[in-house]
Amino acid sequence: MDILRRLRGANNEGVLAAVIIVVAIAMALASPAFFTPSTFFGLVRSSLVPLIFALGVLLVMISGGIDVSFPAIAIFAAYTTVQWSSQASFDPTLVGIFAIAIVIGALWGLVNGVVIARFRLPTLIVTLGTQGIIKGILLTYIGSAYISAAKLPPSISDAGDAHLVDIPGAGYLHGMLIPVVIVVVAVWWMLKHTTFGRSIFAIGGDIEAARRVGIKVVRTQILLYVLVGALAAFGGVISVILGKNANPQSLVGTELDIIAAVVLGGASIFGGRGSVFGTVLGVVLVQLINNNLVLIGIPSTWQRAAVGALLIIGVSIQALAALRDRRKPVLLEEEVSRA
Amino acid sequence: MSPAHTVLEVRDIVKTYGGVRALGGVSLSLEAGEVHCLAGENGSGKSTLIKIISGVERPDSGTITIDGETHTHTTPTGAIRAGIQVIYQDFSLFPNLTAAENIAMLSELADRRKLSSRRRIRAAAERIVADLGLNIDLDADVEHLSVADRQLIAICRALVGEARVLIMDEPTTALTHSEVKRLFTIVRRLQDRGVAVVFVSHKLDEVLQISQRVTVLRNGEVVESGLASEYTGRAIAKAMTGRDVSEERLVDELPDGREPLMVVEGLGRKGAFADVSFTLRPGEILGITGLLGSGRSEIAEAIFGVAPADTGTVTIGGRTRRIRSIKDAVRAGIGYVPEDRLTQGLFLEKSIADNMVAASLDSYRNKAFLLDGKRIARSMADLFRRLRIKAPNVQAPVRSLSGGNAQRVVIAKWLDRKPNILMLNGPTVGVDIGSKEEIFAILREQAANGMGIIVISDDIPELVSSCHRVLIVRAGHVVAEVVGDDIDVDGIQERMTA
Repeated sequence: MDILRRLRGANNEGVLAAVIIVVAIAMALASPAFFTPSTFFGLVRSSLVPLIFALGVLLVMISGGIDVSFPAIAIFAAYTTVQWSSQASFDPTLVGIFAIAIVIGALWGLVNGVVIARFRLPTLIVTLGTQGIIKGILLTYIGSAYISAAKLPPSISDAGDAHLVDIPGAGYLHGMLIPVVIVVVAVWWMLKHTTFGRSIFAIGGDIEAARRVGIKVVRTQILLYVLVGALAAFGGVISVILGKNANPQSLVGTELDIIAAVVLGGASIFGGRGSVFGTVLGVVLVQLINNNLVLIGIPSTWQRAAVGALLIIGVSIQALAALRDRRKPVLLEEEVSRA
Repeated sequence: MSPAHTVLEVRDIVKTYGGVRALGGVSLSLEAGEVHCLAGENGSGKSTLIKIISGVERPDSGTITIDGETHTHTTPTGAIRAGIQVIYQDFSLFPNLTAAENIAMLSELADRRKLSSRRRIRAAAERIVADLGLNIDLDADVEHLSVADRQLIAICRALVGEARVLIMDEPTTALTHSEVKRLFTIVRRLQDRGVAVVFVSHKLDEVLQISQRVTVLRNGEVVESGLASEYTGRAIAKAMTGRDVSEERLVDELPDGREPLMVVEGLGRKGAFADVSFTLRPGEILGITGLLGSGRSEIAEAIFGVAPADTGTVTIGGRTRRIRSIKDAVRAGIGYVPEDRLTQGLFLEKSIADNMVAASLDSYRNKAFLLDGKRIARSMADLFRRLRIKAPNVQAPVRSLSGGNAQRVVIAKWLDRKPNILMLNGPTVGVDIGSKEEIFAILREQAANGMGIIVISDDIPELVSSCHRVLIVRAGHVVAEVVGDDIDVDGIQERMTA
């Protein structure tokens, strides 16, 4: 039992990994075109942006909230930076573009954080509100025009063509994989090995208890949303690089897919639970389905239904696991109260 | 004991909330190595005083002297740094983190660590656990641990930061007899280390057993303060309530020959309890007691269909009933007041009236399938008065009530359904002595009107005072049944643990 439990992982990561393998095998059996480098490279490429967003969603979810404003922050930060750069005909280099966008994203995160932490408002409602405000400001004051590849700053276009591995005729592994992996590892490390990271778990576990042990809840929450804003901006710039265009109408509307992936990855919508590893798996599973349903002959119109079904299955597994844990004898007394 | 040395002193503390005086000039001093009991009913100002000492609330006037330094108020972090620790009734632990992390969290924060090290945390937790001679699974998530273990973790957490004043808010309410004994052993160990322990409790026997000094609050004032050896439980109870309280038997023998209301035969659920048989007569108050995990709660759960029994029969009013779900039980005329009323039985944000009517809405439907507002208002006003709920009116939210009053709302909710059989699990957990008496007075009154009542509790004195019969459950079996004048505290306690 112990080995089984360990394999299953604290948040059912093991189950998820098994599901991914089963889905991959099923797809390979259904279509010989599945097990090729190009499928793999495509999967990696399409997972990059959702993964960064998912990390932000994960952090907020662990702290006990839900953020739906991240796509708006992402496109606001990326579009504003790129548009300014192209209008001023000044290329601040790739690092410069990331830095400017991240500052913009962090500022919007600060707005979210201050409103949520200071006034103790429900996160879903606050971020739903800021999502609208951010997108409105973007379209009204910054611009609503599509910026095509030709008008992008050269450092962005160059980054778009940077390949790590290039197999002629079989596709390529995109260079943006490197910064994304670094960010994934950094977030994992932060959650696991910093007091800030543990405080996020503590706040998600019991916010009142967190106040009582002396965690500066307001400060931690504000910092958390600033970080999540910065992550969103980072993801926004990568999406511009990969897509080779900047469209102010893009990204907003993708938030539910991302939240679904994070929940699939074992994060609890009630806060306090979740892992970076699980989130990576959740994103990979959703992208695997999204990319390859067509390959095995299922019409792409079924994609949303498939993701929806997965989400419900994922949450059910969590609920069942929680139920099983509760059946332990020590909790007999408590079962009454919870039943 | 080491020579007396005052570690904390509060003087003339006044605190008002929106015109209501919670504390009217309270003074209290704590010496190193003493156990000081703070007694008082709900609403007497105990919690406010704790909040002021721990820096959560600011007093309007008065001073707090810690180690010879006088302040007008403290802050939560300031208090923690000064070595003042509070163990709240709900323990304030993080259910999603491991025991080790819960224990070490406080000192990690106090040391302003930026990085978290699993090894350091583990070592700190192990040290304190070994120090207190405890046996806790440090790697388990707290939500998987028993209530008693959670409390020990809360104590460990408080001590890992070198606490000098430890305030325990109602520490024994969720514990069984043997767990309380273990807690007391630990409290004595703390005392030897020179920690001043403030014990907030309403279980008077326990208080007198463990503490050296007693301070009693009533209506925000200190009404009694002195050496514990100079008081009896009765004297403290009187000081708390302002009236005489007795623990004698308050029920008379039931007349013979009445048809039983409920007959339970050979009831069992695999792994929980087996072969439970008893009868409940109209007008009877039946106590079921036993240690935590003995199966006492599971029996009630089975009868109420929460976790149905797999063998045996329940006969109600001559008809054998199959109880597979809560719905079946409710239809059979059974009501159940669960143990954790705050998360279970109540909608905290809703008004008293809404809560009381919640279980019986169906019976207030008029011919047009709409709710009959006038009739609801009438019966709510009636229940409110009958149960003597202390609140401005029936529209006050339940969250604003004290434990004793909230419990009355739960009871009112079930009484409004007019059940024939009412089961209550730990009806007085976290309820002060005055309210406890009144709750039992209400139950006796209901019984006198012909209701059959089952009380599941490990508060033996209350069972002794109000039950006609007591079943003692051990390891899933009814090991004894005591009736009438044979019901006494020592006998029951002995049989529970034997």
